[in-house]
Amino acid sequence: MLIEIGIAVIKALVVIQLVFGLAGILGWIERKGSALIQDRIGANRASIFGFAGAGLINTMAADPLKFITKEDIIPKGADRLLHWLAPCVNLFPAVVAFAVVPFGDVLYVGERAINLQVAPLDIGVLYILAIMSLGVYGVVLGGWASNNRYSLLGGIRGSAQMISYELAMGLALVAVVMTYGTLDLQEMARAQGEMLWGVVPAWGIFYQPLAFLILLIAGIAESKRVPFDLPEGESELVSGYFTEYSGVKYLMFFMSDFVEVGVVAALSTTFFFGGWQVPFLTSEGFAFGGTVVLALPNVVIVLLQLASFMLKVLFFCWLQILVRWSLPRYRYDQLMRFGWKTMLPVALANALITAVVVLAFQEA
Amino acid sequence: MHPVVFGILSALLVLSALGVVLARSPIRSALSLVVTLFLLAVTFLFLDAHLVAALQIIVYAGAIMVLFLFVIMLLNLQEDPPVVMHAALRWLAFAGGSLFLFAGIAMFLGSAGAGPGLQSPADAAFGTTEAIAARLFTKHLLAFEATGILLLIAVVGAVVMAKRKLV
Amino acid sequence: MNVVSVEWYLTLGALLFTIGALGVLLRRNVIVMFMSIELMLNAVNLVFVALSRHLHSIDGQVAVFFVMTVAAAEAAVGLAIIIAAFRNRETVNADEMNWLQG
Repeated sequence: MLIEIGIAVIKALVVIQLVFGLAGILGWIERKGSALIQDRIGANRASIFGFAGAGLINTMAADPLKFITKEDIIPKGADRLLHWLAPCVNLFPAVVAFAVVPFGDVLYVGERAINLQVAPLDIGVLYILAIMSLGVYGVVLGGWASNNRYSLLGGIRGSAQMISYELAMGLALVAVVMTYGTLDLQEMARAQGEMLWGVVPAWGIFYQPLAFLILLIAGIAESKRVPFDLPEGESELVSGYFTEYSGVKYLMFFMSDFVEVGVVAALSTTFFFGGWQVPFLTSEGFAFGGTVVLALPNVVIVLLQLASFMLKVLFFCWLQILVRWSLPRYRYDQLMRFGWKTMLPVALANALITAVVVLAFQEA
Repeated sequence: MHPVVFGILSALLVLSALGVVLARSPIRSALSLVVTLFLLAVTFLFLDAHLVAALQIIVYAGAIMVLFLFVIMLLNLQEDPPVVMHAALRWLAFAGGSLFLFAGIAMFLGSAGAGPGLQSPADAAFGTTEAIAARLFTKHLLAFEATGILLLIAVVGAVVMAKRKLV
Repeated sequence: MNVVSVEWYLTLGALLFTIGALGVLLRRNVIVMFMSIELMLNAVNLVFVALSRHLHSIDGQVAVFFVMTVAAAEAAVGLAIIIAAFRNRETVNADEMNWLQG
């Protein structure tokens, strides 16, 4: 019993470390990547004894240090409790969403089998939806508690936008759930280990390409990044719902932005790109056409799976950053029209068609 | 569930529910209600109702309460003035409330610990998505379709109401 | 008495329901009254789930599902009405919403 709890705690701590590490790395990728796109050099000033680490010192050490030592300003007339609560409420859902994401298959330590997923819930997908729907409170509270018109406008925009795009995301996930016939993310990842015609990995993207697009777009809208960054809208609202934040609280808003990017990437990977699956890698080793060609020990396989998962997640993070620095911003009415009149009907049709196809295959 | 856990949970629930009613600023009322709903979802988990707990958060905390907050922010409602009301209504409220409370306490004292119902283990499928879906789409199918129509009417009604000019 | 029996849940539900009812009666802000109604609905939900567990019948949880749907519909229409009323009279006070009396 005690060992079980210990393993669970270790898993949770490792995942939190990974998530925060990912947020730091993403900060670096974002700054250096945007510099690359805009033909600049990017973060290169901070250095330790002349070692700048290609900007890593800037984003991983200097920036956080600066935020932590900055004065924490609470505007006059602001609701102090809610002002303090908002960044925490914003960061919390993004981080705990990783609890149901599987990072690998089963790791065997002696007799003990460790499922590389923090919380094996039988309602995994619903948990994700529930947690993501809580993310809106950070935005609303930040906007309300700042006692600032720009912040309030940002909060109002954010709440309407996130609730609108959640619908499309939920419907896209309905189609995904129907395809796999399970709500558990680990089961979904395992189901993607087969091969189609012996050559193509049976990843979700081949069954649900439309759902992937919807999830990615809605995910970017949920994390409030360009082209959907109207709650921040720096050209109109200064910086939207977190205009009046400084110091550590600002850092928390900033980080939850990147963690949300990570969540969207991890979900895309798990639902549509095989999760931790490596093509042709089974629990025995590499196998082609049912015969094991290269047998590998369990530890190596798990490490390969972890690496595969990380690589895919990083790819989708990079994709989102690329989108953020390439596209112009929507107008607010365009955003709403797109959400309600394009995304929602397409997601609905996708769910309907999936249901019909699934039913037809069950009958046959 | 252990009585201590239940005690803590119910104390928090009652406190946050009181917060809904007593908070002067509507936004704090709404946030208290969000906390209440969240705690209720936790209570549902202890009662083997996993799907209902998830739905509670998705529908109530994630959608309905966000709508409330949105409206409060849109109308920019600040603190309410202190409650001024008819003495008769106040007495009615207190009488009704205490009557209900006494009925609850009487029931509790009269029968607490009588039924072993919640201790008997539920079968593994109880409260899972499959079990509820099987029930919902067979026995309660008509009611399910009816709620679908109800939601459609609500959507149309809300759009018409929110239009600037009623046609 | 070291087990939590179903009566405890029923009592808790009754308490929450009472608080919600008091909110409807005592507060004059329409939105807060509305939220108190949601609180009452949730107290009933708690009773449904507890009894469903007690009777080993899944129907109670299905009923909660319907309560939630109705609550969602009610919130959408109710809030739309509140916004429309606010546009006309700039108030959310229930006592001032008396213009149906002519």
